[in-house]
Amino acid sequence: MTNTAEEKKALICLIANLLRDCNHVAVGAASPIPGAAALLAKAAWGKPRFVNILGSVANNFFTGGGGELFDCAAQGRIDAFFLGGGQIDGQANINLMGRGNYPNCSPRWPGTFGSAYLYFLIPKVILFREEHSRRTLVEKVDFISAPGISDEKTYRKGGPFGLLTSKAFFHFDKDKKRFRLESIHPTSSLEDILDNTGFSFDYAEDTPLTSPPDPALLELLNRDVREKVAEVYPNFADTIFPVTSHAAQDI
Amino acid sequence: MPMGFEDVSIEDFAMAIPDGAKVAIPADYAGVSMEATRALIRRRVKNLHLVGVPTSGLQAELLIGAGCVKIFESSALTLGEYGPAPRFTKAVREGSIDLIDATCPAIHTGLQASQKGIPFMPLRGILGSDVLKNHPGWKVIQNPFANEEDPIVAIPAIQPDIALFHAPLADRDGNVWIGRKRELVNMAHASKAAFVTVDAISETSLFETEEKAAGVLPALYVGKVSVAPNGSWPLPFWNGAEVDDAHMRRYMDMAKSDEGFQDYLNEFILQETVPA
Repeated sequence: MTNTAEEKKALICLIANLLRDCNHVAVGAASPIPGAAALLAKAAWGKPRFVNILGSVANNFFTGGGGELFDCAAQGRIDAFFLGGGQIDGQANINLMGRGNYPNCSPRWPGTFGSAYLYFLIPKVILFREEHSRRTLVEKVDFISAPGISDEKTYRKGGPFGLLTSKAFFHFDKDKKRFRLESIHPTSSLEDILDNTGFSFDYAEDTPLTSPPDPALLELLNRDVREKVAEVYPNFADTIFPVTSHAAQDI
Repeated sequence: MPMGFEDVSIEDFAMAIPDGAKVAIPADYAGVSMEATRALIRRRVKNLHLVGVPTSGLQAELLIGAGCVKIFESSALTLGEYGPAPRFTKAVREGSIDLIDATCPAIHTGLQASQKGIPFMPLRGILGSDVLKNHPGWKVIQNPFANEEDPIVAIPAIQPDIALFHAPLADRDGNVWIGRKRELVNMAHASKAAFVTVDAISETSLFETEEKAAGVLPALYVGKVSVAPNGSWPLPFWNGAEVDDAHMRRYMDMAKSDEGFQDYLNEFILQETVPA
């Protein structure tokens, strides 16, 4: 349990670093790790300046209704966003619909949400899926909720930046239309990643380990940002910041 | 009080939503009328065409489970951290409801087209997805203003019969206060009429101050109002209530099986006495 909490915090710190060049980051209500990362980055560097957590009342500044996010995205006013998927394939296609033959998917997942649109319009879309297995990272998705790449004539301002899992971080090479293994988390290995990834990807034998989180950043997360995280994602906060009732001790 | 606007009982409110109606419903965070949902199930409404704006949750899950839905049109049905919606999952697996799967901005855009009284509006993105391939209404057209090839998706207007939601306040003239939940205004403008449950009635006009007026849906768009305090229960409400976590967990546990779901309906919906 402690390990898992530490690993989640490492992911939060890693994502926070990816958001330092952003002005406005939007995060889905059900994405606690990216959400915590955006809040941490804002606290640490004042970048991103705007963090919008959808579905939250206190951490959502939109006043134009549910459609404002999408208008913002189309105008280039959102720099980074996160998408996941029950399946992600080697061309960065994502499937949020379900496994098997549509429409009678089994299991059926919730649905495509805004992915079929936002993936085209937000420059830095970070794919985030903790489960790293041949079940989730597949050769070809069963249903394309949103395509990773488009042909020349398609209006496309955004797309996949990279893929972060509990084992590794991949960068998406838009020219080669493939993932390249960027770094391996300390709990995994190249062999482990090759065993558990259903699509082929580029890698070097000496792919570096993912850097451990900066202690100062981790300290900021544990000390100052935990309250904010708990406001938005109470159940998640309980899992990564244990003993919330005795907050001062124990960390 | 000129033009007195009468609030009706929740049962009469639900009776006024006919079988086969196309009903727009908001996402869980925008104010879901669960009280009306329960009344609809009690009146055994049939063949609803639900439009989840842009997604839905427990409301569609219950209506689907209770056999009230023919068509579910939305971008997702999610119970969030509680996990996969059991009745929806079963209905999809068995093919017992028709699905029109969309993407969030396309639902908003379809409603906007209806608001403007135009047949369609174009929308970026979507090209190359299987959502486009399977959607019965969307068409790819050429941007008429571009010299080069520029395909864009045309989203036909979505005109619901009824926009159904929960709001904090209505006044005696039938104006409804929706705060900054502008998607409720879009839903109402796009639909033939808004049916709104409210926590309370304001005895003074909602147009009395500009601050309040900025968040008002005018009575022009409002068909029926019913007072239902805490009417989003067990879902959260942006103007107050937290989600009833224990109840949601109980639902998830009961709805795993057909019998358990029937027990849930009996215990929490069908047996429920009409609120005073």
